[in-house]
Amino acid sequence: MSPVSRGFHRRRQDSAENAGRVPPGQYVTKDFPVLSAGPTPHTPLDGWNFSVGRPGRQRTWNWAEFRDLPSEDVTVDIHCVTKWTKLDTAWQGVSVDTLLDLAGHDGPFAMAHCDGGYTTNLPVEDLTGGKAWVAYAYGGQPLEPEHGGPARLLVPHLYFWKSAKWVRGLEFMDTDEPGFWENYGYHIYGDPWREQRYAGD
Amino acid sequence: MDAVDGNAIGGLLHEVFGSEMTAAMSVCGSCGTARQVGELAVYAHAPGTVVRCPSCDNVLMVFVKIHDRTCIDLMGLASLG
Amino acid sequence: MAGTALRGRLTWQVAKVVAVAVETASVRTIMLDVPNWPGHQAGQHVDIRLTDEDGYVAERSYSIATAPGEPVALTVERLDDGEVSPYLTDELRAGDELELRGPIGGYFVWEPDDGGPLLLLAGGSGIVPLRSILRHRERTGSTVPVRLLYSSRTLDDVIYRGELDQAAADVEVIYTLTRHQPPGWAGYARRVDSALLAEVAWPASAMPLAYVCGPTSFVEAASQALVRSGHPPRRVKTERFGGTGGT
Repeated sequence: MSPVSRGFHRRRQDSAENAGRVPPGQYVTKDFPVLSAGPTPHTPLDGWNFSVGRPGRQRTWNWAEFRDLPSEDVTVDIHCVTKWTKLDTAWQGVSVDTLLDLAGHDGPFAMAHCDGGYTTNLPVEDLTGGKAWVAYAYGGQPLEPEHGGPARLLVPHLYFWKSAKWVRGLEFMDTDEPGFWENYGYHIYGDPWREQRYAGD
Repeated sequence: MDAVDGNAIGGLLHEVFGSEMTAAMSVCGSCGTARQVGELAVYAHAPGTVVRCPSCDNVLMVFVKIHDRTCIDLMGLASLG
Repeated sequence: MAGTALRGRLTWQVAKVVAVAVETASVRTIMLDVPNWPGHQAGQHVDIRLTDEDGYVAERSYSIATAPGEPVALTVERLDDGEVSPYLTDELRAGDELELRGPIGGYFVWEPDDGGPLLLLAGGSGIVPLRSILRHRERTGSTVPVRLLYSSRTLDDVIYRGELDQAAADVEVIYTLTRHQPPGWAGYARRVDSALLAEVAWPASAMPLAYVCGPTSFVEAASQALVRSGHPPRRVKTERFGGTGGT
């Protein structure tokens, strides 16, 4: 049993008024911690594109085309599996519904593919119905590379490792194949309200 | 967030392998680069600790703390020792 | 050598804070009493673990600032947005307990038998393990030539300045102050680069053993410059602290 370190406490925002917005085991932070499994990619916009579909039958947009798509401003709470929660984060991006309306639905599951090789898997049901975006602005500013810019997936109802940074495409799959963290023991679905952090939770 | 190096996870490695590991030689399974563990690129601010080859960024080791256990994946290494 | 815990279990133990000394405005040295300390090597570090009343645990690593044979001391720089460092520098006091495990490390260590000449490159708080090496060298009576190049924001940010200014004649200490220099400063005033190293460092032909420590960006720039100028990579040891503080 570790001794309590006299006078030590973690930074946290008093959360009396946040009751109901904080999933079990989480604490509210004012920071926006940067977590990464690898070096930050720096993809120039003239080399960036986004694809939806399956190999051989994809719809692809370059940066200009992507920015021409209808976008939304959304304010959401986000929950990281490392236990921090950040309330009222403001994003701008294209709804995944918009992308799938244009590209078509081609399977029950999707793998997000990203610069740097990161992947994460999601049921298509969790990417549609107004639940997910490909976001390119945060707090009114273009998304910084360390937070996933030029664009990242934003799926706030799941743990934030599913909101893949540096996203470049969604590939449909017939089965729910595990992505990067799912492969190393994290939960295949990741619902923060059921505290699904690890496989088997 | 800047990467650190294998020195930063010396304690974790000693806990997992039972002995000091930062001076051990690792060989990347992707590009064959041989480096002492103290020189590998470590991304420790993540849902897990990811150790990459400083030459080609290939993932060499991943450590994830799942409840009370540390799970280790060494699949990216050709050798370690 | 005195127990270096190379093999065998690395266990957490409770140390007692003996004293906290001011080094600079943002840096403190914490002197510890560690029961059953097995001894350590110059360059090694410890992991420390803090637990709050709710059971929240934070772990960090700090280099041992003292030489083998001296009591364990850790030098900590307060990071403005840090969660642990402000506690260690501002709150911790004599009599408090600190959980630690160590000593840790076998790569970034120096023993007199490793020889030299020694080239020590410090960025900000990267000076800490290098100071352990310097003290070990002095305590063992080693005559290996040594040059320390220490990059710091300002002269007031130089840690152990009094000690370094009084170093023996065969220890060359060169400062470079990157943000602000005192009036009349005739020393270097820029970040470590190839040209600076060409003037200051032992040439590759001298086959020095280099230890580079500090923020990752400092270590990357300095170590790559050494290798580019012909130093064999296996003669350049590196320890990256992450972040960008102190240089």
